[in-house]
Amino acid sequence: MTEAAAPSTPGRAIRSPALASHFHDLRQQHAAADLGLWIFLATEILFFGGLFAAYLVYAVLYPDGFLDAAAETEIVIGTINTALLLTSGLTAALAVKAAGAGMRRSVTMLIAVTIGLGLVFLGAKGYEYWLDLDHHLYPTSPEFPLAAPPAKLFWSLYWTMTGLHAIHILVGLGTWGIILFQTVRRSFSLTDNSRIRIAGLYWGFVDLMWLFIWPLLYLMGRAT
Amino acid sequence: MSDIPYRDVDVDGEKPGGRLMEESYLGERFSIWSWLTTTDHKRIGILYLISTTLFFFIGGAAATMIRLELFTPAGDLLTDDGYNKVFTLHGVVMVWFFLVPVIPSVLGNFLVPLMIGAKDLAFPRLNLLSWYLNILGGTFAVWAMLSGGVDTGWTFYTPYSTAFANTHVSLTAIGVFISGFSTIATGVNMIVTVHTMRPPGMGWFRMPLFVWAIYATSLIMLLSTPVLAMVLTLLVTERLLGLGIFDPNRGGDPILFQHLFWFYSHPAVYIMILPGMGVVTEVITCFSRRRVFGYAAMVYALLAIAVIGFFVWGHHMFTSGQSMYASLTFSFLSFIVAVPSAIKVFNWIATMYRGQITFEASMLYAMGFVGLFTMGGLTGLFLASVPVDLHLHDTYFVVAHFHYIMVGGMVSAFFAGLHFWWPKITGRLYPETAAQIAALLMFFGFNLTFFPQYILGNIGMPRRYHAYPDAFQVWHVLSSAGAVILAAAYLMPLGYLVWSLIWGKRAPSNPWRASGLEWQTGSPPPKHNFLANPKIEGSVYDYHPAQQPRREPSDD
Repeated sequence: MTEAAAPSTPGRAIRSPALASHFHDLRQQHAAADLGLWIFLATEILFFGGLFAAYLVYAVLYPDGFLDAAAETEIVIGTINTALLLTSGLTAALAVKAAGAGMRRSVTMLIAVTIGLGLVFLGAKGYEYWLDLDHHLYPTSPEFPLAAPPAKLFWSLYWTMTGLHAIHILVGLGTWGIILFQTVRRSFSLTDNSRIRIAGLYWGFVDLMWLFIWPLLYLMGRAT
Repeated sequence: MSDIPYRDVDVDGEKPGGRLMEESYLGERFSIWSWLTTTDHKRIGILYLISTTLFFFIGGAAATMIRLELFTPAGDLLTDDGYNKVFTLHGVVMVWFFLVPVIPSVLGNFLVPLMIGAKDLAFPRLNLLSWYLNILGGTFAVWAMLSGGVDTGWTFYTPYSTAFANTHVSLTAIGVFISGFSTIATGVNMIVTVHTMRPPGMGWFRMPLFVWAIYATSLIMLLSTPVLAMVLTLLVTERLLGLGIFDPNRGGDPILFQHLFWFYSHPAVYIMILPGMGVVTEVITCFSRRRVFGYAAMVYALLAIAVIGFFVWGHHMFTSGQSMYASLTFSFLSFIVAVPSAIKVFNWIATMYRGQITFEASMLYAMGFVGLFTMGGLTGLFLASVPVDLHLHDTYFVVAHFHYIMVGGMVSAFFAGLHFWWPKITGRLYPETAAQIAALLMFFGFNLTFFPQYILGNIGMPRRYHAYPDAFQVWHVLSSAGAVILAAAYLMPLGYLVWSLIWGKRAPSNPWRASGLEWQTGSPPPKHNFLANPKIEGSVYDYHPAQQPRREPSDD
């Protein structure tokens, strides 16, 4: 089903219900929403940047310890998860495009698939955590298998990075869930409202972060 | 820049002028609930004013205990642990719950939309959320204090904070973490508002310098606060979950913590001073009846401070054992950042030169700011020099230096701004003479409190000690005596400003005959800021014809 695209800049007579009272028109409102989210993503990059800087410092200080520790991660699950997340990035991007065209049924489908892929990602991640714990790969575990002290640094970073990333996935899934509910309920205009584009941008960021985490935690240990 | 068309007068739901008082943002609906759920940037500014004032007095109470303890050489009032907790509380509350939010969130919130002729900030609900996050974060910090306190100092240095401190480090860190979200929300709001909501006719270089200052501050907030959030996350996960990356037993490097921490906390110093510079520019131009000297230079100086401020953090770590070359570089860059700061000072003075200066209270505060900021900045250069810093590091000289910037600078600027815009915010005039006395008292009290600390630092008194040799006592007594005067100077405005709310004279729209769009609307402004579109004509500081000083004695 395709909705007729609402006029993007309504005159004073037709005022879209999506337009907040302090904006002049939808174009201004969309520009503000987009810029706001891009700026927020900049802060997210700085947030993870601190973590990546820490990783870089220790990887340079203790190259051997890090390579040995990184060889213990579950590369199969990590790689499957990469594929899942990238696919969800595709469906999210398509959902944004479909929303711009007012295709409500496609949007519903694509968001549902995105959420499904995200949930499978989290499930696989949970299974991976269970395997890690089974192998005592937790820094405070008394039976931590690796002898070199820096291995504990690596595994601290592993849990922190993947944990924070999983929290971001959860936030994204919650956002998609609310939007899916609203889309089904038809409580907002797909074309006048920028929330799907905003959620898509955020989801794209979460994908991209994983593309840095995956090589650092999974691929590096297999480089030699 | 802005290609977004600006709406003509929006008459929907707005009655024609003449009933300003009934329709002011204050009296729209007078229930507590309507205030706690408001998305009006002006009301949120007032909420922030109340909360930051509360935090200021909490932090001030801790400062009072510090000064009382230091009155005598023996550690008699507080135990060692108690003293550690008190100065930690003072630092945490003052930095994150007073200095960082105070001008951007109180005056910035109130004024930025008014100054650029907008109806509100771009994200009004996010704005309200930022206040609640600030309160939540502050509640965590105060809760930590009430349940036993923290003794790490506001800097949370590892490995003490991760491996040894048995106090409520995590709780406090979580509180600061939450308040970081509040800061980020404000920063996003300000930047987006300035980018997308300026009316036609107000190009980038026609914005008031206060808006520029808030813009530059927001850039710093956005790019530095996330790093603090990460370093606090790492600290808390190390304490609570054992995911230690600063633990030396595992090869972790506590110095890495310092690098990450100061990557935030040095730019945070500029978060705490740039908004003050913006306020002072507005006040000085108004009460000198002069165009600002070197508008473009002022803008570039703000941006230069914001950018270079990100590359000087290592000057906090000259004694940490970082490489000599790193120290050299950081030292050099710290000298460089003094250049734009000096440009601003010279421009303020050049603005006043041959102006028709009147000494209203806000002008006195602003002039105090210029002097005290200059003092603080120049002593900052002492500390930026590696050999001098090796002598002065961790002494009272450092304490005096940053209090000159933050208290002498930022708090003076906040009071300047609060007095300057008080008639606009509340619609009432404050009693001028009382305010002038408070401003002068604050200047003298401040210098008496903190100048002796430069001397103390130079003769060897370290920070964070509650007992000291008898030889230092005279300076400590002077400092504590100054603190009493300073406390009186801070309490006075609380008295007469609250008094003015009820008994003050009603303020006209533009009591100072200032330029700037915020003065074109009523005092207090109506709910949607302007009943008719504000007129943007001439330049921002149109106090006299361009290229010549004002000749006639006065407009009266």
